[in-house]
Amino acid sequence: MSEAPLFELEDVGVEFGTGAAALDGVTVALPDRGITVLAGPSGSGKSTLLRLCNRLEVPTAGTVRFRGDDVATLDPLAHRRRVGMVFQRPSPFPGTVADNLRVACADADPSLFADALDRAGLGRAFLDRRADDLSGGEAQRMCLARTLVTDPEVLLMDEPTSALDPPTATALERRARMLADAGVPMIWVTHDLAQVERIADEVIVLVDGRVANEHERLHFLRGEAHAHDHGADGEIDGEIDGEIDGDEDGA
Amino acid sequence: MPTADVGFVGVAASLVLVAVAVVLSLRQGLGFERTLAWAALRAFVQLVAVGSALTLVLDDDAPVVYALLWVAGMVVVAAATVRARAPEVPGVFLVALLALGGAATASHLVLFGLGVFPFRPVAIVPLAGMLLGNSMASTVSAARRLVVELADHRLEVEARLALGQPGTVAARPYVRAALRTALTTQIESTKTVGLIALPGTMTGLILAGVDPVDAVLVQVIVMYLILGSTAVATAVVGIGVTRRLFTPDHRLVRLAREPG
Repeated sequence: MSEAPLFELEDVGVEFGTGAAALDGVTVALPDRGITVLAGPSGSGKSTLLRLCNRLEVPTAGTVRFRGDDVATLDPLAHRRRVGMVFQRPSPFPGTVADNLRVACADADPSLFADALDRAGLGRAFLDRRADDLSGGEAQRMCLARTLVTDPEVLLMDEPTSALDPPTATALERRARMLADAGVPMIWVTHDLAQVERIADEVIVLVDGRVANEHERLHFLRGEAHAHDHGADGEIDGEIDGEIDGDEDGA
Repeated sequence: MPTADVGFVGVAASLVLVAVAVVLSLRQGLGFERTLAWAALRAFVQLVAVGSALTLVLDDDAPVVYALLWVAGMVVVAAATVRARAPEVPGVFLVALLALGGAATASHLVLFGLGVFPFRPVAIVPLAGMLLGNSMASTVSAARRLVVELADHRLEVEARLALGQPGTVAARPYVRAALRTALTTQIESTKTVGLIALPGTMTGLILAGVDPVDAVLVQVIVMYLILGSTAVATAVVGIGVTRRLFTPDHRLVRLAREPG
């Protein structure tokens, strides 16, 4: 049985003008349910792929579709409210938590704010707290609540727990699972294999800006490709390329 | 004319000083004698050329349009200077041209339209020079500061964009901060004017024998003119540069001071 994908990338490439491709010929379909994890070493293009989904990045080649519609043809502002995003580091805006939520929807009913905070695992008592006084975990959950205020159909999570301690990260994962089970499909970027184990309903592995072949995928998921970790997204690692390419006939 | 005679004597005397510096450079092997001589010659030729042209422009019998063309030329040179001082800001030349041209036009309309000064070349050109000189510095500062603010706050700007805010709205808090920084110098110097140093226009008029109260009034007008035109130019730069830093589909472009 097949269902229409949430996002569908067709031969997508992204170049940043430095000559190196952040993504190269990526064709992949992300399912419209549960938590789909985009895994892979640093620099493999996971975050770039995620940013294509809400048009914070645009492809230099190929097409990105959201539920069948070419993202390039959609109104970017309306699209971003349908496809919410939580970033790697918390990004509190100046003012109180309520002020932060108002950025997402200036004239929202206060009960909407309370509901968003509840869904993110913070109580309504947080509304009057200063955003820059929150702990890292609280701030990240406030960012999740801020995103939920726009009532997104999908959530993009760009390594949202990488700046959090393990118990706080696990708490955020539990919240994510509750949201996904309540019908908000999620694309979650991580390079943490233990986290992949805990949260993934589906895993897509990227290596060097493309979808990994079966051999590379197993290699990464077994934790054998950690030597690959280097630099920031968008960089390509020639050394490991050679190692994997040389092994490829065994895949 | 006696003043011209004094001028050439002065030039000759100051050339002796330049010659001393050249000799010093040669004897000590400092290696800047050619640069020094070239700079001195170039400055002389430039100033003589500008002086001759200004004589034509500022002549009371000269058509006012010459003065206006001169001011237009000043605006273009000022915009080119802004581009040279803020090369990391995309499209800054056109934005600066618009900002400085707009500020000069608005100020001249107020000053001459309301009859504050007579609409004569001798008033048009020096006033334009004063306002452009001051506005240019604030324009450079605003444009550069804006790029720094947006690069430093990319995460927050993108978080706002991801909530569906248009680029100009997402950038607003950072544009505000940049403009505040750019205008601070001008505002501070306006607040303390006369307490430490007497401003140039007033000093010149007093030295020329004008009554101090009249000199103060002229100075106040010039000061307001500079403050107003600087604020206008800075605001236009804030709006113009912000538009250049976002794509039509509301993405923040890669900025010069960011890695990768």
